[in-house]
Amino acid sequence: MPVDILMPALSPTMEEGTLAKWHVREGDAIRAGDVVAEIETDKATMEVEAIEDGIIQSILVPEGTEHVPVNRPIAILQLEDDEAPAVGAPTAPPAAPAQMQPQADAQDIFASEPAPDFGETEPEVETAPAGPQAAPAEPAPDTEIPAGTDMADMTVRQALRDAMAEEMRRDGDVFVMGEEVAEYQGAYKVTQGLLEEFGARRVIDTPITEYGFAGIGVGAAFAGLRPVVEFMTWNFALQAIDHIINSAAKTHYMSGGQMRCPIVFRGPNGAAARVAAQHSQDFSSLYAQIPGLKVIAPYGAADAKGLLKAAIREDTPVVFLENEILYGQTFAVPRLDDFVLPIGKARIARPGNDVTLVSYSRGLAYTLDAAEQLAEQGIDAEVIDLRTLRPLDIETVLASVRKTNRIVAVEEGWPICSVGTEICAQVTAGAFDYLDAPPLKITGADVPMPYAANLEKLALPSAQLVVSAAKSVCYREDAA
Amino acid sequence: MTSPSLTPGAANFWMDQRPSEPSNEPESPAGPALSPEDYLSAYRRMLLVRRFEEKAGQLYGMGYIGGFCHLYIGQEAVVTGMMMAKRDGDQVITSYRDHGHMLATGMDPKGVMAELTGRRSGYSKGKGGSMHMFSVEKGFYGGHGIVGTPAPLGTGLAFANKYRGNGNVCLTFFGEGAANQGQVYESFNMASLWKLPVLYIIENNHYAMGTAVERATARAEELYHRGLAFGIPGRQIDGMDVAAVKAAGEEALESVRSGNGPMILEALTYRYRGHSMSDPAKYRTREEVQDMRQHHDPIELVHKRLAELGQNDDELKAIDKEIRTIVNEAAQFAQDEPEPDPSELWTDVVAPEG
Repeated sequence: MPVDILMPALSPTMEEGTLAKWHVREGDAIRAGDVVAEIETDKATMEVEAIEDGIIQSILVPEGTEHVPVNRPIAILQLEDDEAPAVGAPTAPPAAPAQMQPQADAQDIFASEPAPDFGETEPEVETAPAGPQAAPAEPAPDTEIPAGTDMADMTVRQALRDAMAEEMRRDGDVFVMGEEVAEYQGAYKVTQGLLEEFGARRVIDTPITEYGFAGIGVGAAFAGLRPVVEFMTWNFALQAIDHIINSAAKTHYMSGGQMRCPIVFRGPNGAAARVAAQHSQDFSSLYAQIPGLKVIAPYGAADAKGLLKAAIREDTPVVFLENEILYGQTFAVPRLDDFVLPIGKARIARPGNDVTLVSYSRGLAYTLDAAEQLAEQGIDAEVIDLRTLRPLDIETVLASVRKTNRIVAVEEGWPICSVGTEICAQVTAGAFDYLDAPPLKITGADVPMPYAANLEKLALPSAQLVVSAAKSVCYREDAA
Repeated sequence: MTSPSLTPGAANFWMDQRPSEPSNEPESPAGPALSPEDYLSAYRRMLLVRRFEEKAGQLYGMGYIGGFCHLYIGQEAVVTGMMMAKRDGDQVITSYRDHGHMLATGMDPKGVMAELTGRRSGYSKGKGGSMHMFSVEKGFYGGHGIVGTPAPLGTGLAFANKYRGNGNVCLTFFGEGAANQGQVYESFNMASLWKLPVLYIIENNHYAMGTAVERATARAEELYHRGLAFGIPGRQIDGMDVAAVKAAGEEALESVRSGNGPMILEALTYRYRGHSMSDPAKYRTREEVQDMRQHHDPIELVHKRLAELGQNDDELKAIDKEIRTIVNEAAQFAQDEPEPDPSELWTDVVAPEG
């Protein structure tokens, strides 16, 4: 019996790909496991394996075809065993539930990496298709970038890579260590090309032993080297947290200022897509609590680059919290030989007068989108990107609140003792007389991240929630 | 089988460049054989895992399964042989390449598949997904997403067995990548010190994500010796031969159960698919994978032995068909079931009062 071979999704967010090559011809007999075709996405070439034994009856999509949608039949396979029930893909593409349809192929090195579809309330920036249609919400021009500076579009992934490469060229004591950072080119391809340029002495693959290699990094930093320790994700850094907090953060103090620990711990933090409770969580407020650390959580590519370069030059240990879903998003980055940003400075991502919205990392995506929606409803929101969580630039926040008299703090993390909790407390203490409404915070739900698509969506904040909260502090009647 | 011959890519400053020592041949028990009935049972169990995983891969490609999905294809003989060696009451725990373990412990394919698609009839009500499923009824304690964690958790389950004196053993599975973790050795120490009834099964599929075992592991060819300093005997077995696994498992379980303390079995095996669904697997050659499939496939081996025993091919075909039906029904169920009720977001965070 004939079954269709369908264009497969290589990641939960892939919508289409290029059928780069056929390895079989019509009439060929194939066995399960044989490579039948190669498919290219923007980040990887993947081989498509046959799942059934049979004969290729016809090829429906010629090689070289671009933009082949997921689930389109690409060939017809005549199964060997006519009696067997169809276990190949069904002849008619099934309609997957709407909320589980593959989304934009933002990046697909890893199953979890690309942006999930959190539903129609989600700002476009989070599900930006691979094509030119949608650009991420662009932060306002940065006063730290000289006027007239030539800008280049680049992904957060490239910006981080360039920051490490530039600092490694500048300082021979900088090295990168972590799981799959060298030969695999990074689990999320952030260290792509570093092994080739800097060699195996300075770009070091480790075993899956976070506690050990984090401690080794700290020891090397005690000796004056400048390690950049990559955690494949911050979830796995839980195994290393003793060295981050007890060994790295405290030694300068405990030695009376004698010992330095110039180390950067970096990797993706926060919710990914459909990877459930142990792989989808935000540790921002946890690290922001630790004296002796500096904690950075950038949103755009320019900040990612300028702040990672600063972090590598910093003599205090830095926890650098990236975001997997932002890696593939493109932003303008200044073409400057040495673009370094100050740690501990927030930035006004969007100026406004009616309400202050404060966020960081991927929370900016919801927040900037919410600000656009609010503008359409006549509310002029000011959006602040904290960029650094420790030390916290509360002065920038207070100055804004003194102007707008209202504030909503937005983050993906849990609500108890969160970054937003801290913002609200400090604003209440520092600008009480200026407030026209109680400070509010929008956070992730106070539960472990669920796997099911519908529950995951409910567990995360959205632009819609930010809009509602902003309207509420503005006492707008139609606040949801 | 021997380890696949793999050459580290770039010359590595950090690694000894001397040729590696000759690798130990696995202590392959001189061809332990199963009864025809056991071979037939093994065939059925392994085929269920194989077909289930193929179907899971398809459903992933169609967008029904999201996130991480680590397929067990190629390694079926390890868990099948061990499950045939264990007895009721023994517990099983593993990390995230776990679908095979669930099916092998007798968990319902429909419930497992429905969890993979995030539906309310899944084993974790759709809240756990591929890496986080449990069945206390079947003695399956997960399903853990973090590398290395099954080692102390399984040791703790074994601690409870000794505490209660129930005579059960915890079969604790983890990969060769995890075998380098500190928590594994802390567990070894306490398990040996306290003579805990735990059997550690290292599933050495030769790749920790994209890192070949030699590139991350000192003395990679003898992971089964990793317990020697703690007085834990170990043995390396052919993990592609279900008969060898079952025989070694029975022997080890008998020793562990009789109070001699823990043991280690290192099962040499191979995963055919990528680490997870979107792993382009550039770190090994297509030829290497094909060679494994063609010359070391655990299901083909059983098929061959059954043929040698004069097994009627029609009966095997009937099993094939039956398994396909089970898997197709599970897949249909997993697509038809509704998602969890939105109120489930807030349930199960803490244990119910009283």
